[in-house]
Amino acid sequence: MSFGKRPAVKRYEHGSRVPGWDEAVDLTKPPATVPDPALTPVPEELRASIEHSMGEYPDFHSASIPALHMAQDYHGWLSPEAIEQVACVMQLTPAYLTSVASFYDMFSLQPKPKHDVYVCTNITCSLLGADDFFEVMSVAAEGHDIGVRGFECLGACDIGPMASVDGEFVGPLNLDDAQLIVEDIEAGRSVLEHKQLRHRAVADPNGRVSDWTGIDPVGQGDQA
Amino acid sequence: MTQHLLFERIDEPGLNTIPVYEKRGGYSALRKALDMPPAAIIEEIKQSGLRGRGGAGFQMGMKASFLPKGDMAKYLVCNADESEPGTFKDRELMQKSPHSLIEGIIITTFATGIHEAFIYIRGEYVLQAEILEAAIAEAQAAGYIGENILGSGHSLKLVLHRGAGAYICGEETGLLDSLEGKRGNPRLKPPFPAIEGAYHGPTLVNNVETLATVPTIMNMTGADYALIGSQGSTGTKLVSISGDVQRPGNYEVVLGTSSREIIYGLCGGPKPGHEIKMWFPGGSSSPVLLPEDLDLAYDFDTLAKAGSMLGSGAIIVVDETHSALEIAQKLTKFYAHESCGKCVPCREGTNWTHKMLARIESGEATPMDLDILASVQTQIIGNCLCVLGDAMAMPVGSIVAKFREELEAEIEAARERANAVPFVELQEAIPVGAH
Repeated sequence: MSFGKRPAVKRYEHGSRVPGWDEAVDLTKPPATVPDPALTPVPEELRASIEHSMGEYPDFHSASIPALHMAQDYHGWLSPEAIEQVACVMQLTPAYLTSVASFYDMFSLQPKPKHDVYVCTNITCSLLGADDFFEVMSVAAEGHDIGVRGFECLGACDIGPMASVDGEFVGPLNLDDAQLIVEDIEAGRSVLEHKQLRHRAVADPNGRVSDWTGIDPVGQGDQA
Repeated sequence: MTQHLLFERIDEPGLNTIPVYEKRGGYSALRKALDMPPAAIIEEIKQSGLRGRGGAGFQMGMKASFLPKGDMAKYLVCNADESEPGTFKDRELMQKSPHSLIEGIIITTFATGIHEAFIYIRGEYVLQAEILEAAIAEAQAAGYIGENILGSGHSLKLVLHRGAGAYICGEETGLLDSLEGKRGNPRLKPPFPAIEGAYHGPTLVNNVETLATVPTIMNMTGADYALIGSQGSTGTKLVSISGDVQRPGNYEVVLGTSSREIIYGLCGGPKPGHEIKMWFPGGSSSPVLLPEDLDLAYDFDTLAKAGSMLGSGAIIVVDETHSALEIAQKLTKFYAHESCGKCVPCREGTNWTHKMLARIESGEATPMDLDILASVQTQIIGNCLCVLGDAMAMPVGSIVAKFREELEAEIEAARERANAVPFVELQEAIPVGAH
């Protein structure tokens, strides 16, 4: 008997599902230690912002997530060099920072495209058709410097199906919007201005005002 | 009965700045509170009966009173890592009325003798983080945050901390680990954060909506606030409604309002020609309810009695066009991805359940698998450090229990598609349970 269609699984060396499992570790080298400040050049503005962040907390370790954000913004992704620079400023081992970075979805330890499109594919958005949008969006972004990812609930189910384009929440999306998103990104414009969450009125009628100039999802206006 | 405390004209332009917020009476609650003895403020919050709005529904005044008194390094952490699927109330509140949260934080820190507070906001909320950052700077410039606030002798440092995308960081101890710059793994409790939390100091962890309600309580007194809502569930609640409804969004409702009134009255019910198949009353982690449960009062105790929970106040409505299997698969995929991996029942249970459901779809399952599926869910619940595993086991368990016939039909249909032996024939060949 044959059991339905199985989804194709991405495979790596030797048929493994896990990338890099057999990447050789040079056992002759000692483990990476805290980088030597004298030998690790760190861009001055990156150093300054990390150091500022370290001073914000009772324990400087708290700055590791903010610092990784800064390094990722600066370098585009968390390259070994970027990790090493953070490790140097914070005087931590690269292993510690890598362990933190690998836990969180927004950090990328692989080179990534410049623009991020997170398509929410969690329950509400998928009820409303997000899976189809994700596929169309992935195709539309091919050949552009845009990374499309299916993401867990982004906290904007009221505009589902929705996506976060470089941090800007847009929705509700239809399949035609995928192409428009790509065009807006390429043109350097504000993405889907007429569907941005920031312009949207609250759904609760009592929260509304009559002089609202943004998007009015229901069109009830001020009922007071 | 309608009552609007947090959302009253929240769309007013400029409400995210101090001049407009003050014009509407903002920061008057802070002035009033600073003239009161700290213990009286906690008493006021206790009297209000305010229950935590993040999910667990623990009495806020009670939690605050657990903190040791005296001068020591204590912390307040505002949980703004709103990542429960279906929940987006704090997002709207922080974006449009950030000062109500900040004022609530200042009052709470004064009442509990805390001098350092953090707002842990999820990394995906970029706009909201920018607005909060600006609002904190503005409050600092106006003298509401800093040394000797309004001459009261109370000082406070408030730091906005951005997360980086992990559902588990909404769990209070996972959040504390993440705040300390680690992977967001939950901790063993006890000690509870009120005794030993961030940086080993006593820590009060509260949701955004809970803290933002504190100024309202100070303005109207705890006794008056307790008059709103129903027995055991006082006040109003921000409810996020999404899914197959006509007007999704955030609504402020008085606790105890009927669920039908919320879903049909406020949101217009399901789209024309469709009907509700199931609904999640409190985020995707709450056991599902059926259309016949729509007349339940929307409050903590009634929903708990009905076998579900109010959770974060996120109603997800599912209509009849979606299969129970599809819903269960979406849920398990999410929880399997987000399990931090620390506790075995959750790490293995979520992944195992996800694979089990995939077997139904591919035609490899038999109806007996549903029994195993249900039993696995009961073995996850209560056996981990935090409730992430429970958060999958509860809704999936309820779907298996309430949609068993549909799932069995799905199993047979999938077996037919895969040309597998129909289960009925299998059962005749090997009688199940025969001795």
